[in-house]
Parts: sequence; C-alpha cells; structure tokens
Amino acid sequence: MLKILNLEAGYGQLRVLKGISLHVLPGEAVAIIGANGAGKTTLLKTIAGILRPRSGKIMFNKQDISNAPLERIVETGCCLVPEGRHVFSTMTVKENLLLGAYHRQRNGASADIASTLKQVYKLFGILEERANQLAGTLSGGQQQMLAIGRALMSGPKLLMMDEPSLGVAPLLVKSIYQTIADLKREGLTILLVEQNARAALALADRGYVFETGQIVLEGTSRELSDNPEVQRAYLGKEYQRIDE
Amino acid sequence: MSEEYMGETIYYNPKFETMPREDIEQQQIERLQSTLNRVYRNVAFYQKAFDANRVNLENIKDMGTLRELPFTTKEDLQKSYPYDMFAVPLRNIVRIHSTSGIAGKPIVVGFTRDDLRNWTECTARLLAAAGLTEHDVVQIALDYNLFTSGFGFQQGAEQIGASVIPASFTASVEKQIVIMRDFKTTALVTTPSHAVNIAAGLEEFGVHTESLHLRHGLFSGERWSDQLRQQLEKRLHITSTDAYGLTEIMNPGVAGECHLREGLHINEDHFLIEIINPKTLEPVGIGPEGELVLTTITKEGFPLIRYRTGDITSLNPEPCACGRTFLRMARVLSRTDDLISFRGVEFFPSQIEQILREVEGISPHYQLILGREAGVDTLEIKVEISDTVPFLDGLKSVENMLAQLSKRIKTILDVDAKITLVEPKSLRHIDDKSRVVDKRPG
Repeated sequence: MLKILNLEAGYGQLRVLKGISLHVLPGEAVAIIGANGAGKTTLLKTIAGILRPRSGKIMFNKQDISNAPLERIVETGCCLVPEGRHVFSTMTVKENLLLGAYHRQRNGASADIASTLKQVYKLFGILEERANQLAGTLSGGQQQMLAIGRALMSGPKLLMMDEPSLGVAPLLVKSIYQTIADLKREGLTILLVEQNARAALALADRGYVFETGQIVLEGTSRELSDNPEVQRAYLGKEYQRIDE
Repeated sequence: MSEEYMGETIYYNPKFETMPREDIEQQQIERLQSTLNRVYRNVAFYQKAFDANRVNLENIKDMGTLRELPFTTKEDLQKSYPYDMFAVPLRNIVRIHSTSGIAGKPIVVGFTRDDLRNWTECTARLLAAAGLTEHDVVQIALDYNLFTSGFGFQQGAEQIGASVIPASFTASVEKQIVIMRDFKTTALVTTPSHAVNIAAGLEEFGVHTESLHLRHGLFSGERWSDQLRQQLEKRLHITSTDAYGLTEIMNPGVAGECHLREGLHINEDHFLIEIINPKTLEPVGIGPEGELVLTTITKEGFPLIRYRTGDITSLNPEPCACGRTFLRMARVLSRTDDLISFRGVEFFPSQIEQILREVEGISPHYQLILGREAGVDTLEIKVEISDTVPFLDGLKSVENMLAQLSKRIKTILDVDAKITLVEPKSLRHIDDKSRVVDKRPG
C-alpha cells in the first residue's frame, strides 16, 4: 500500500531523514520506534505532504505522492493524526469531526459522512456524549480520541498516528490502543510512530527502528521485541514479553 | 525417481517464497540499508573498510549500487578471530559455531535469538521444498558439534514437524543402517560421500532397499556430480535434492532445490546474491557463470557484506514451475581456488606441502592424485625422495617414514592418503597448475 524508497527530508539546512526505505502492506500495522529526534515525526509529516521530500520516492497505492499537495494526499486515503492532537478547542466535538470530512463534503458525499460519523461515535462513545461540548474542555485522552475520530472521518485507507499515547493517562492509553487494534481488525492499515515501543510492538505486525534519520533494524514485532538492544533502549529494563 | 512423492509443491512460508519480485526487491533494499547502517555503527572492520573506500552509505539506493561496497573475504574473517566481526555484544549472542580451521584459522560465527529463528526458517523452507513434511522420519547423519550443519538441519526439520533422528556423523555405517531400518527413516540428510558409504553398507550387509522406508535424500556439504546423484538415487532407491550453505553465511539455509530440481532457490529475503568475475571482480549479472558473492540482510550477530564464497555458479531468472519467485542458482560444482573437497573434509594443497616440509628425507616436490573407488574418494600423494639428505637405509626406515607421514596427515587434515615415494627430481616439472590431478568422475 505504502512504499518509500531512499527518502530524504528535513528542515532548512537540517537533514533529518537520510535515505529511508520502508513499506506497509494492506491491512498491516507497522510501528516506527526510536529515540527523540530520530526522524519519526518528520517521516509522517513528509508522507502527509506537510514537508517536501528532498529526494526519494513515496508511492501510495501505486501513485507517486512524493510531491503531491497535502489535500490530494488526504484524498488518496492517506491521513495523519498529528502529535499533540491539534484539535480546534473553540469548536465543538462534532464540528471538529465534520472538519475531518471536509474534502468529502466538497465532493458531495454527505450521506457517507453521516454514516462515518455514526461509526466514529460507535468507536468512541464519549465523543457522541460530548458532541456539542467545546473540544477544549476534553481531557488529553479524549482529545486524542477526537483527533483519531477526525482522521477517520476522512475515510482513510492508511491511518498514520504520531505518538497517540503522548500526554494521555495510562488507563486511556490502554483504551486508545484497544480502539486502534479494533480498527486494524476491521482492515484499516496503520502506520504508527511511538516512543511507547512496548504498546506499539504489541499492536503492530512489524516495525522499523530509527536512529539519527536512518533505519538500523527492521523486523516482525516479535523479532524486535526479542532483540536485546531494542529491549534495552526502548522497552525498559523491566521489560516482559507481551504475549497476545 | 518416484513420481508419487515428487508431484506437488509444498511451501513452508508461501508469503515469502512466492512473493512478487517487486515486493522482494523493496524488502531487499530496506533490509540491506538497515544492515549497512548497523555494520557501520557496530563493526570496526566495516567502518574502516567503508571509510577507506569512501563509501557513502546514503548512495546505496538499489541493487545496482551494491557494487560500490567493498568485498569481504575469508582472510578478513580469519583475521577477525574470534569475535571481531560480531555486530552485537556477546551477551546478545545465544549460540556460537565455528569452522574447522583446517584451511587456516577457524572462523567463529555467532547467532542472536532472531538469527536462530531465521536460520530455522530458511532451513525449514528447503526441507519443505525438497518435499518433506510432518509425515517424514528424518535421519540426520551429520556432525553435531562446532560445525553448523547437524544443528541447522535438526532445527529446520523439527520446524516442519518431521520426526527427527540426530543420528550424527559419529555413528557407524552399520548403526546408521540399523536406525534407518528400525526407525523407519523416510529421509536421509547427510553428505554425498557418507551417503555412498551407507549405500555400500546396505549392499555389504545385504539389506535391500525394499525393506526400508527411505524415499528421499538431502545431500549437501560437498560438491557432488550429477552422475553421483544418479548413482545414489539408484543404489538407495530414492529421490534426492541438493542444498547450499556455508558456515560464514548460513549453513544450511542459503538455498535449496525444490522437487523439480532445476536449480537451488535462494532465500532472497535473507540474502543478496551477486555473481562476479573472480579475476576482474566485476559483477557479471544474471546468466553467466562466476563467483558467488553473498550479502546477509537479516543477520544480527554476524552480518557479512559482499562475501566472496569462492564457489562457482550462475543465476537463473526464469520463474520456476514450483511457483517460488526466488532466483535459482546452479548447483555448485567447482571453486575459484584450489580448495580440495575430499570425503567431507576441505583442504588446500599447500597444507599437504607444509606437512611434507616437516618430514626429513623427502623433498617438498609433490603431486596429489584424487580418484574414486567404489564411490569413495581416494587420495594418493606422490613425493620425491630427497637427494640432499643422507639416503634412508633399509626398507624399515622408509616404511617408518611413510607411516609417520600418513599419521601426521590423518591427524592434521583428517584425511586418509596413500603415499607413494618417487625418484628424486621426477616431480620437478610439477607446478601449481599440475599439482592436483582430479580423476574423480563429474
């Protein structure tokens, strides 16, 4: 579904991604793990079209989206849930959700949008309960749910998530990951960036380990979880095997 | 060949074994790049080698750019004895194997937990490709020691669910036959020369193949000709397949024949393969014969970049009727160097020379004659009596010297050789080209 070859990207003089190649197959959940500043977020921003690649190729469902405008990338079904949620706090929960379907509205698919909204409410009951509340009044975890819900409103084929567990209470992390697992079961393809490697690898089929803008390890989640360096660097000393 | 067993294709992991070429290539470049990043960070040898060759790893963008990387040779590995080529700390290594070191210093290889799993997978694939299943009783007559082969096949055969007998190489031929008959062995995994011994044993002890359940032989570890294959299949009443591997890379597990036996499928999701001209070192591409060069792309403990195997083969890009999409390599029947493969042992002529030099009374002019009698390799060493040392008086001391020499060769190289003394100066014309006369068929 997603195929990236030799991707380079960065900010101004700063080269962040130094030749990244990776792929995500349809229905797969793939985790990107790595320390702060390794280039994980830059990768997602570049795929989403927020940053322009300097070189390399991004293929999404056989279309080259390397230099496509942001809105076209969303239309192809590639959608990002940004780090730190970025919900519009002075708008209601429902308004936030509908914004996610903006491009579909333009294309006159309002019946579909209503049905997607129903699905999102089913997934996150709390969003329906608080539909008319201002988004700014939600807790961190609820805002994360809203951000995911908003992305789902765009009808994505590939959902990219940047640190969905960041700044979220532990109990809610579990529930958010449960929802992501449900989405995966329903067939949604997921590319997940996480510092919480344990949660990410428990969910994902495969993963890539980033180090200073390069991939230094790739493998199935089981392989990565069994790798002593991954255990030490990203899973913490108290690591225990996460069996399904 | 018994068609009833060889009709259908069995995959161990069709997701990878039948992956579209495009996906294989994407996976290869990803894995190559992450391997290169790891070895540059973790292996001093590669950091030095890449820097010395001004390699910019960011330029390695496809298989065509692979040639920008320097080769790794056997000598490089010998110099790194024991652990200098390891890419992870020893605490992450869960298994250590080694070569015999017969041809120089041994090469020590280490496996992480993930390496062992991949090794098992690669071996399971070639056993499945050979047509073996959980219904098979697999007798492994290979070394279980520092060498990798016995353990490798054991793991792989267990993985496909076969009933596996670690008969090992040390059991006598008679014992192998008793096990084969009583345990109802259906598949024999051993070296081709040991298979010859077992076939001879069956004939000697009057055991008919009809009284056995044996149906397949997987023979590897030595070069074996198509003639030997036909002979073994006839004598043991089996089908047989070949597998390719080497300790430094993975043995077994690099490649194996499927039941169609038209080349060995390379596990291309774990290894990159190149064929080079051994003289110019330039890649020759797909088709022509040349030296096999391998790059590991999943190994963690002992990754190798562009390792020169010294084995001569060629690549076949045609899709195989078995459905596997991996490239096939021709069976390896010769080498770039003069390494001699003899009854499962490998040695260089120079090692014989070294032993000869230590013995007083002969000159270091010699010739090696390799032959085959009743399917078993024979080695004759012709040596000149020296004309510079006092002549050996009497038959006894000549016999003594010969006995001492054979014993020494047996001890050091584990090779049984017949030694023939010839007149002084009669071998002076022998040079490195005529040093070895290989009369073995095939």
